[in-house]
Amino acid sequence: MELFHNLILGFSVALTLQNLWFCFVGCFLGTLIGVLPGIGPLATIAMLLPITFNVSPTSALIMLAGIYYGAQYGGSTTAILVNLPGETSAVVTCFDGYQMARQGRAGPALGIAAIGSFFAGTVCTMLIALFGPPLAEMALKFGAPEYFSLMLMGLVTAAVLAHGDMAKSLAMTALGLLLGVVGTDVNSGMARYSFGYPELTDGIGFVVVAVGVFAMGEIISNLGDKEERQVFTSKVKNLWPTWQDLKISFFPIVRGTCIGAFFGVLPGTGPAIASFSSYMVEKKVSKHPEMFGKGAIEGVAGPESANNADAQCKFIPTLTLGIPASAVMALMLGALTIQGIAPGPQVMTQKPDLFWGLIASMWVGNAMLVLLNLPMIGLWVSLLKVPYRILFPAIMAFSCIGIYSINNSSFEIYLTAIFGVLGFFWLRLECPPAPLLLGFVLGPLMEENLRRALLISRGDATVFFTRPISCGFMIATILIILLMGLPMIKKRREQIVD
Amino acid sequence: MTPANELLNNKRFLAGLMFLAIGAVAIWMAQDYPIGSALRMGPGYFPIVLSGIMVLFGIYELVLGIMKSDPVKGNWSIRALIVLPLAAVLFGILMEHGGFIPALVVLVFASAASSNEFKFMEVLISAVVLTIGSVGLFIYGLGLPYPLFSLSGM
Repeated sequence: MELFHNLILGFSVALTLQNLWFCFVGCFLGTLIGVLPGIGPLATIAMLLPITFNVSPTSALIMLAGIYYGAQYGGSTTAILVNLPGETSAVVTCFDGYQMARQGRAGPALGIAAIGSFFAGTVCTMLIALFGPPLAEMALKFGAPEYFSLMLMGLVTAAVLAHGDMAKSLAMTALGLLLGVVGTDVNSGMARYSFGYPELTDGIGFVVVAVGVFAMGEIISNLGDKEERQVFTSKVKNLWPTWQDLKISFFPIVRGTCIGAFFGVLPGTGPAIASFSSYMVEKKVSKHPEMFGKGAIEGVAGPESANNADAQCKFIPTLTLGIPASAVMALMLGALTIQGIAPGPQVMTQKPDLFWGLIASMWVGNAMLVLLNLPMIGLWVSLLKVPYRILFPAIMAFSCIGIYSINNSSFEIYLTAIFGVLGFFWLRLECPPAPLLLGFVLGPLMEENLRRALLISRGDATVFFTRPISCGFMIATILIILLMGLPMIKKRREQIVD
Repeated sequence: MTPANELLNNKRFLAGLMFLAIGAVAIWMAQDYPIGSALRMGPGYFPIVLSGIMVLFGIYELVLGIMKSDPVKGNWSIRALIVLPLAAVLFGILMEHGGFIPALVVLVFASAASSNEFKFMEVLISAVVLTIGSVGLFIYGLGLPYPLFSLSGM
């Protein structure tokens, strides 16, 4: 009954008029920005983050979760209508979604994506409510060695599963950790890598890195590429899939949800892995696999559900352990820290209204997206028709005002410009920036836990292997690296991530 | 082997060079930070380990780049690469010395100028719309305390 009690508390928070409003604003703005071609959920959240600074922590998180789902759904809309994925997980949606749009079935494709996401969201909300508390209890027993090993596992997983070259991803992770070190060392009070700027002694703001790399760098890159898009707009009429569509999609949605939930709880695995796996499973079990890639609705329903289940279940390790399970979650935790709340297992017991309110509002947000997108699809479609040359100055304006408002200082703007240039080079050199962001957020935490772990063990590094839980994480980390090194899996990985 | 003239357009080579350079500078700077021991880590311990990792991966990528051709895909978009960051910097300067409205208008014009498809009237209209919208949303709506115009230091 504990579960119901908690959920009721959650809904009583989420369903207040104020929080419903923030949830709506989040979903709306998230979809609005997420629909813009080439902008993924990460850039969207980074850009909109500053507008959440002025509201209470609970409302801010609810709004951010709304932005997250909205951005994800907006991304699918763009993938289906223009064949332009905002991020890697939407690539799968392009395969069959765009084909459906070309056949005049854009409406059902969009509809099934929303329904699948809603189903996945509902199941995962229950999962979080069920498994969150016991996990948090377990996490309370974690000491410094466990935390360090867990973070190492998350970082390594994120790096080896990232798009492209493994060595580059690992180097980017190290660079991210190093950027996280910038600022005053808590133990000695020494300013590290501050280049004599007093502003840098507080460290680099993660919004600066995220907006610089994921918004500005992306824009520079897009301006270099010639714009080509064909929007299937006139054909979006009936959004509701037929009964036949729903019947075919039911099992793909269920399977997609299971796959997504499984990958979701593993830290470091991105949504792309979940949606690709779901697509391959559907193609395998289908009676007509030759239809895949030619507009099979299962190819949209499964991956879209997997994608959303993964996104939602990423909240489990993030909220219970206080360790961001993905780059997007790193932004969420950053927002929490800005609000003055230290992320970790204690959040659930100390701030039950925040925790359960957020979980309930995830469900509310998912429901809102289904309702929101029915009447508003016309708006998103017309937004897709606006040429990029008009959109990107607006994105710049929004980003710059947001960055400036963090500290009311121009220093952050200059830093963002630097990260924009760096982000562009990283894109061109195919150095994946997501592991960097994850490392950046984990940097200070990892250093602190490494220090503490070795202090407890009197400088003996075997402490990471003599404590059972920590040893488990370490073995998992080593296994992941070894597995990815195997030629057979290496080839497979290249197929999946590229 | 990658021909010498293609090296500067080789993804692996350039990425390796970048990691190597950043790692080396980071190690050099960390010389001033006490390393300490594994038992009592100084502020230099963690950064030096990380920079070391970066240097190793940098060398690995550099060598791979020399061995195998791996050309950069896409354009270097030199115009956007210079103009867009500059637009942000101008915004930063004007926010402190000109006020919200001049900063925003200059930002919109300068960013638009980083595209090859700059059309004056179009940009003018979007600058006006964006300025009115932002003043309404950020200054009056969210109550951010920035003067619309200020002439301090100009």
